[in-house]
Amino acid sequence: MNPSSAEDTKRQISFTVNGKAKKLLVHPMERLLDVLRNDLGLTGVKEGCGEGECGSCSVLLDGMLVNSCLVPVAQVNGASIVTIEGMAAHALMKPLQESFLECGGAQCGICTPGMILAAVHLLEKKPAPALTDIREGLAGNLCRCTGYMHIFEAVANAARRRATQ
Amino acid sequence: MRAEPAQYRLVSPGNLQGALSLLASEPTQWLPIAGGTDVMVLYSAGKLPNRKLVDIWNIPELRQIEVFPDRIRIGAGCTYTALRQHESVSREFPLLATAASWTGGIANQNRGTLGGNIANASPAADSLPVLLVYDAELTLVSVRGERRVSYRTFHTGYKQTVLSGDELILNISLPRGFSGYLAHARKVGARNAQAISKVCLAALGQISHGVIRDVRLALGSVAPVPLRLNETENMLTGKQIDPLLIDAAKKSAVKEIRPIDDIRSTARYRSAVASNLVADFLAKLTAEGAST
Repeated sequence: MNPSSAEDTKRQISFTVNGKAKKLLVHPMERLLDVLRNDLGLTGVKEGCGEGECGSCSVLLDGMLVNSCLVPVAQVNGASIVTIEGMAAHALMKPLQESFLECGGAQCGICTPGMILAAVHLLEKKPAPALTDIREGLAGNLCRCTGYMHIFEAVANAARRRATQ
Repeated sequence: MRAEPAQYRLVSPGNLQGALSLLASEPTQWLPIAGGTDVMVLYSAGKLPNRKLVDIWNIPELRQIEVFPDRIRIGAGCTYTALRQHESVSREFPLLATAASWTGGIANQNRGTLGGNIANASPAADSLPVLLVYDAELTLVSVRGERRVSYRTFHTGYKQTVLSGDELILNISLPRGFSGYLAHARKVGARNAQAISKVCLAALGQISHGVIRDVRLALGSVAPVPLRLNETENMLTGKQIDPLLIDAAKKSAVKEIRPIDDIRSTARYRSAVASNLVADFLAKLTAEGAST
């Protein structure tokens, strides 16, 4: 391989983002995070730590919560990705948004897309989570504003709301 | 300095033979990448020595968990989530399910793999002492064939292993038959969620009429490699358990470990905690013995 001819190392990959089919010419080792933000303009995916500690770059990859900063884009060839931008019509969004507002679950907003996706990933598996489930489900998402309690309350509240809808 | 993606190759053969052929074509040049939870951190920081990577995520042979009459065989590419969700793993090897639940948050558990944890060979990894107490055996594979190695002999020094430059870890085999054991794991870190351990313990014990029939103790973060406490185990086996014996075990554990000062803790603290964790487990085993 001759890295000086950078274009030679690019590969075409196809995947679905928020329900839309995409075809892109990319370097295989580009981070999914950068492709989503820079090539596709999906800036709801945030970069915090860039090393899988903070969860602000969370996306759903074939339904699984992952840190997009740790995924080389070649590994999503053929996969389906959902970012916060693709969640608007999801049944959990209305209760989650209302609960985050009411409980003060969002302040500066950097962690919020990741928190919401982690909450969705949890509530899809456990519709009536205990506090310990919520703590575990959100343990990979750091927030430097709220002290977490408001976020945990918001998720518990959203689960109750969803149950009575 | 941040990595420049154009300077790296990542090839996805999609099957085991293809991956092994690449590894064999230029041994040590190709770095396997599965869920990327270790590799991508180094890559992003510009600290990845390799420029060629072979994608082993979603190679079917690496993703199976099979239960045989005498053992369970876990594909090296199984994620922590897969381990936690597997019924036999949770029931028969609870220490492995527990260590999987300690490893990062949910997003990292969805991507991090047991084989990756073994190959990365960090002495602080929580699942590695668990593999030591369950007497794990690894199958290593290359184009030259397969070979089996006892996990106890796999780590040869800090981040050094017996894995050759053209080999992959194919699977991890655990013998069944630990249902009569008290299983205990304890992690001490700066906080519960996500923190890397200052010290972690995995332990199995069997006691009857107050006598220790079998005991297995392994510690993480107290030596250059995950450490099984052979001498302490030998000293305990066959003995009537009492406070004096527990005290002797604490002293023996301190003698066996080789802790260091680093960013997470000090050697002195690690020695104190390691011996207390061993004592804690033996006290629990005593209580178990009193109730049976």
